Amino acid sequence: MSRIKEKFAELSAKKEKALIAYIMVGYPNENATISAVRGLIKGGADIIELGFPFSDPLADGPIIQNASTVSLDNGTKLNKFFNIVKKIRKETDIPLILMTYTNILYHKGYSKFIVEAKNAGIDGFILPDMSIEESKEYLASAKNAADTIFLISPNTTKSRIERITKLSSGFLYLVAVYGTTGVKIGIQNYTLNAIKEVKKITKGKLPVGVGFGVSTPEDVKKYIKAGADAVIVGSAFLKLIEKTPQNKLESSIATFTKSLKRQTVQT
Amino acid sequence: MKYPKDGRFGEFGGKYIPETLVPAIEELEENYLKFKDNKDFKRELDYYLKQYAGRPTPLYYAKNLSEKCGGAKIYLKREDLLHGGAHKINNTLGQALLAKKMNKKRIIAETGAGQHGVATAMACAVLGMKSEVYMGYKDTIRQKLNVYRMNMLGAKVHPVKSGSKTLKDAINEAIRDWITNVESTYYLLGSAVGPHPYPVMVRDFQSVIGEEIKVQMKKISKTPDIVIACVGGGSNAIGTFYPLVDTNAEIIGVEAAGKGLKSKYHSATLSAGSKGVLHGMMTYLLQDDEGQITETHSISAGLDYPGVGPEHSYLKDTKRVKYHSATDAEVIDAFLMLTRTEGIIPALESAHAIAEAMKVAKKSKKSESIVVTLSGRGDKDVEEVQKYLSKHVKN
Repeated sequence: MSRIKEKFAELSAKKEKALIAYIMVGYPNENATISAVRGLIKGGADIIELGFPFSDPLADGPIIQNASTVSLDNGTKLNKFFNIVKKIRKETDIPLILMTYTNILYHKGYSKFIVEAKNAGIDGFILPDMSIEESKEYLASAKNAADTIFLISPNTTKSRIERITKLSSGFLYLVAVYGTTGVKIGIQNYTLNAIKEVKKITKGKLPVGVGFGVSTPEDVKKYIKAGADAVIVGSAFLKLIEKTPQNKLESSIATFTKSLKRQTVQT
Repeated sequence: MKYPKDGRFGEFGGKYIPETLVPAIEELEENYLKFKDNKDFKRELDYYLKQYAGRPTPLYYAKNLSEKCGGAKIYLKREDLLHGGAHKINNTLGQALLAKKMNKKRIIAETGAGQHGVATAMACAVLGMKSEVYMGYKDTIRQKLNVYRMNMLGAKVHPVKSGSKTLKDAINEAIRDWITNVESTYYLLGSAVGPHPYPVMVRDFQSVIGEEIKVQMKKISKTPDIVIACVGGGSNAIGTFYPLVDTNAEIIGVEAAGKGLKSKYHSATLSAGSKGVLHGMMTYLLQDDEGQITETHSISAGLDYPGVGPEHSYLKDTKRVKYHSATDAEVIDAFLMLTRTEGIIPALESAHAIAEAMKVAKKSKKSESIVVTLSGRGDKDVEEVQKYLSKHVKN
């Protein structure tokens, strides 16, 4: 069983939902990444998504775009990234997901990339520009090696959700709103409806995580109440990282994480 | 490849897109297939192409330029004479009409040199729709005349300050807008790039160029011996080439070699790139050793792009089309040569094709014919050329 599956099983036994945190590796530097990860773990995050920067992140809003640029300008390369993952892996058993864009994997070769990532300690992948139609080689390469987390949107048809569910492992990533990451339009009724509809289709076989624009304990609470098995918070962490000095980063992240995590524990 | 149902030209193309766009892309393909051969739709488009845009465009024998080169006869396909001053209007009228049939009220577009933005603004004005255009900040400065034109035509121009601040980033930002406003908005892509069905749709709307060349050359003698067009994303080139790939013509696409292919400062994707995934398609790209897209350079904003239409990648790999390149310096020479011998000021993009034609003509027989697509006129570029000359030409 993959670390991600184990985590969801463990949480389910405790009647908890998952808090998934996203950070951009190398933003603004390696030390910040390590401190942020420690803070996330201390604060009770269940799964961590590590972003690897891409020059053209077309599904991302200004916050993650900027973090990508800064990280690349600071020299984040794959070797460095995998070394950071290895360091994190030595400290913790938390599930780690690599989020980046298709070209990064394609360029190295899907198989080669996935083997290297797995050896470093990565448990799954999220590629926002990978559609199921183009996923044959990617899926074959990830089989028995890593979870493939596909995204769905509130406008995805029922039959397509069924097809995507079949090809997904780990969890299903429901994009909460029409927009890029970090979008600030508040909680929409169509999202709450989408969560219910998707849960009917997955029938508990695959957890459903909700992300994009999720930034406060209140957001987390509402999505969990609507039936989400996990919530994904990203841009809000990057904003906190941006404004917090290095010596306070771990504790600030831990405090914020705790405030989010609290909402995933049913009382 | 007539209509690739799987969206692939060989291994190139496809649809690598965020899931939110899937219903929009499916709706687009469905409607395109419904209308592309529809008689009324074709009649309406034909009306606008003739009465509004000024088709057919002449195939002009450039006698003075041919004699100066001393070889083959050079013919210019005068897309620069179209309304708006470039071939872009062929595609914007087609897609804007389609958007209207789809009841889309809001049109967004990207633009490099501003020609596609202007053509979008014109098509939307005449068809009564609202348009917003994303343009790299760097391009809004070097092509500011076109920014003024778009504003006056009623389009809202969004300068894009992310990344390299050129066409690539304008496309990123247009896609982000589309993801956000997917229900209401039609993305009117101007080049033969992006996810399927854009590359094939843009090609089809631009194929009027090659179709007319075929008919016009027949009246003169036969099919052309050599056909040349410039390639950035590659819309005027694919529109020129596609109707002629089944003939015996030798076909040459010309990319922007900037300050030279050995320097980092060029945009010659097919000449110097490698395969990858960007803007929803698999194609040749300019990228580093880890798949990060690299910054490009060209004196012409319209060719300043690190990708290329997937059908061009296919035509390169199957060796049906040769892809060469011209440096900024060669382009300026060609720009001045055409201006002075024929009294035609070409767009800097089109001057790449002229530069290649001058090289090829010298090596060809007088009995041979070369057709060059002059994709746009150069009024927008005179300031840039003047700047280049004052910097580089020592008197």
